[in-house]
Amino acid sequence: MKLIVNGRPHEVDVEPEMPLLWVLRDELGITGPKYGCGIAFCGACTVHIDGAPVRSCAMPVGQVEGEVTTIEGLGQPEALHAVQKAWVDLQVAQCGYCQSGQIMTAASLLQTTPSPTDEEIDNALAANLCRCGTYPRIRAAVKQAAKNLKGA
Amino acid sequence: MGKLATIARRTFLIGSAAVAGGVAFGVYQAKKTLPNPLKEDAPAGAAVFNPWVLIDAQGITLIAPHTDLGQGVRSMQAALIAEELDVDLNQVRVTPGAPSAAYYNTATADESVPFLSTDDSWQADAARGAVGTVIRMLGMQVTGGSTAVPDSFVKLRQAGAMARETLKLAASEQSGVPVAQLKTAQGAVLLPDGRKLPYTQLAARAAQLKPVQDVPLRPPEQWRLLGKPMQRVDVLDKSTGRLKYGIDLAMDGMLIAAVRLNPHNGAPLKRFDAKAAEGMRGVKKVLPVTSGVAVVADNTWRAFKAAEAVDCEWADAPYPANQADHWKAVADTFGNDGRLDKVWRNDGDVDAFTGATNPHTITAEYRAPYLAHAPLEPLAAVVKVSPERVDVWVSHQIPRVAQQKVAAIVGQPESQVHLHNQYSGGSFGHRLEFDHVTLAAEVAKQMPGVPIKLVFRREEDFAHDYPRQIGMARGRGAVDGGQVQALGLDIATVSSSASQFGRMGQAMPGPDGQIAAGAWNMAYALPHCRVRAYRVPELAPTSSWRSVGASTAGFFAESFMDELVHAAGADPLAERLRLARDERSRQLLQLLGRMCDWKGAKPAPGVGRGVAFVTSFGVPCAQVVEVRRLPEGIRIENVWVAVDVGPVIDPVNFENLVQGGVVWALGHAMNCEITYEGGKAQQSNFHAFTGMRLNQCPAIHVQALAGTAKIRGVGEPPVPPAAPALANAIFAATGQRIREMPFAKHIDFV
Repeated sequence: MKLIVNGRPHEVDVEPEMPLLWVLRDELGITGPKYGCGIAFCGACTVHIDGAPVRSCAMPVGQVEGEVTTIEGLGQPEALHAVQKAWVDLQVAQCGYCQSGQIMTAASLLQTTPSPTDEEIDNALAANLCRCGTYPRIRAAVKQAAKNLKGA
Repeated sequence: MGKLATIARRTFLIGSAAVAGGVAFGVYQAKKTLPNPLKEDAPAGAAVFNPWVLIDAQGITLIAPHTDLGQGVRSMQAALIAEELDVDLNQVRVTPGAPSAAYYNTATADESVPFLSTDDSWQADAARGAVGTVIRMLGMQVTGGSTAVPDSFVKLRQAGAMARETLKLAASEQSGVPVAQLKTAQGAVLLPDGRKLPYTQLAARAAQLKPVQDVPLRPPEQWRLLGKPMQRVDVLDKSTGRLKYGIDLAMDGMLIAAVRLNPHNGAPLKRFDAKAAEGMRGVKKVLPVTSGVAVVADNTWRAFKAAEAVDCEWADAPYPANQADHWKAVADTFGNDGRLDKVWRNDGDVDAFTGATNPHTITAEYRAPYLAHAPLEPLAAVVKVSPERVDVWVSHQIPRVAQQKVAAIVGQPESQVHLHNQYSGGSFGHRLEFDHVTLAAEVAKQMPGVPIKLVFRREEDFAHDYPRQIGMARGRGAVDGGQVQALGLDIATVSSSASQFGRMGQAMPGPDGQIAAGAWNMAYALPHCRVRAYRVPELAPTSSWRSVGASTAGFFAESFMDELVHAAGADPLAERLRLARDERSRQLLQLLGRMCDWKGAKPAPGVGRGVAFVTSFGVPCAQVVEVRRLPEGIRIENVWVAVDVGPVIDPVNFENLVQGGVVWALGHAMNCEITYEGGKAQQSNFHAFTGMRLNQCPAIHVQALAGTAKIRGVGEPPVPPAAPALANAIFAATGQRIREMPFAKHIDFV
């Protein structure tokens, strides 16, 4: 089975019903997307497929059509995505385990909605659970990222 | 004087733990020098000053033994050392180090004695000292109880200062320049002529010197790092997906284990049939383990699927099968003198003042359910058993006990068990437990040479969470002349501490200080006040949940206080201020009033404000929650938090942690409970137990009270006041008094 992840082609030999998350984590060693619930309820596994946010824990790999982007492909320390930069500047993370998913959801929100209202931020990010309770900083960081993106 | 004595004591302990022999306290065991865990492993030419700093030609390593559960203690510990050592955080490597008795926690004693944590009297100090000695004797390295900061604040700065002065001595010997003319900055000793001698080049010489001790610590006005916003050492990796948690580890030849355990928590497996599972793709082995089976496979998802396919027959739960019987067991404990754990406070005469003839007597009953910890990273551990060595990669709050348990399972001495403590994806008390480590060890023992990564499915994690204590309280109080006069509170909960100690093979001596924590120590000078703790016989096994006893007792106490204030016709903030028994508490409540511009509990139509003030882990914390009543339900709009925590090490992380504590408390108080049916927890995943999500999150405004309070940790203290403040706000907005968590059983939230 062929898969393009973060711009690189991969060939994997797995059952088509294996969720994309486990192909990424266990077969390809890409561990930025996290396992939190396995039922698409916590958002820690969020990746982009052709730019759209997808819960990779509930997406059978056989049904993936399009290029997969994980947090690793969004940006790296030497070249941060605007959302990641806002996350670092505002020091959002506590345990950090949900933050890959939060950042991926925020990045795709800003892609489609460059100037989100508070309600739009709430609606989009409510899909991502943070057990540490970093929500006040997540809200502020989304707004900061939106501002940075407009300035860019 | 008390403060000086404390510093002197801790100063001595650093010396003894690291380098010197000792003359402390006249207690034999306490005089023994604990082994320095770095000395055994240190490469030749490395200078080991004490268990917190390691410098060799390659670089500077700071050891941060408190486990980072997301609260940022790895950064905090590094910053304390760096402040005095004169290095920048981007110049050093920070590691949790190997578990060791030298890292025993000096601060846990504060919560183990029957004195208010804010009580600095000599009796209280003496009792803390005695308990501290016991903890030291046990070599109890524990992260919990909001103790990482108070444990580290003096001794890690002292460690940095000793290392710095010893390096200066080495530089003086090397250069011939007197120590008094040397300065230090950014990891180097500066000579008067402008030359720099990097610490890394001085390490070998410094290793030959007797470490310089009794170095005075710099006063706060000279701090470069502390008290100012810092960038956490982990924030970049946590924002780019690069940070490896325990669950992310991969190593050559590694296999994945998934467990299927008896959902009746603690009961054994009767029999199993693994035929279907054994034929599934990628499955290597199916093994019986304690309370269930483990499936070993080449991929986590395959292991999960195969574990579900094992046909198991389970023994019954060792506790009541259904929730109603749990509540009945709690209720039946009241008034049973044999279950009276301790009368924590008994001022005046509550019974006489709240007699049947007093028309102003108020009674009320409250309930707090079991709650799961459910950190977002499920439990996971990697164990590899070799002939003369066992390696364990796990995030654990009591790593030495985990090490002991693994040693016993694999049959090797503890000294051969190497535990590599990992960053964790949250804990909230969950990683005080051992099942993930011991089960991984059971599997790894049967597959020597193979690294086994055991991962709990989320459903297994919920089923074996060891939830928060279940409890009830009955209040009986009275008001007179517009004032609260009497408050009696009987609290009955299971003992999560006893349950937890039992799983460590230890009995818990004496009463459980957590049952009434946050209630008996309420900072109100009431003419009649009595708080009695009843210990419910063990039901489902439970454990410490962020803020432990105060998360239930604080809710009971401040809810009932609010009912009394209302009955008295008084203002919720003004009456608490009137009752405040010390100046610091008054200042805290006044700060809270200024922060929210307090104008009463009903500042506008449809808006309600509730107050609560709870002291836990030595930290007084007062909150106002503001809600708005909308046609669809209650919306929480604002929370103001005033907290008396002493010096704040990093104001950014401080605010984040306090906000997180409030979100944690409100989310569970609104939405969550664990209930049992047929002996199983009914909530199996986040669809049924979600805490708070972003759309329900209010604005949270945080301030620390300025002044010179003793330094404390802030991971837990913001939790207990939030639930009662919310219930009190809902009452102000609607007239509906909610006495049971989760509140969503009684009112809708939007």
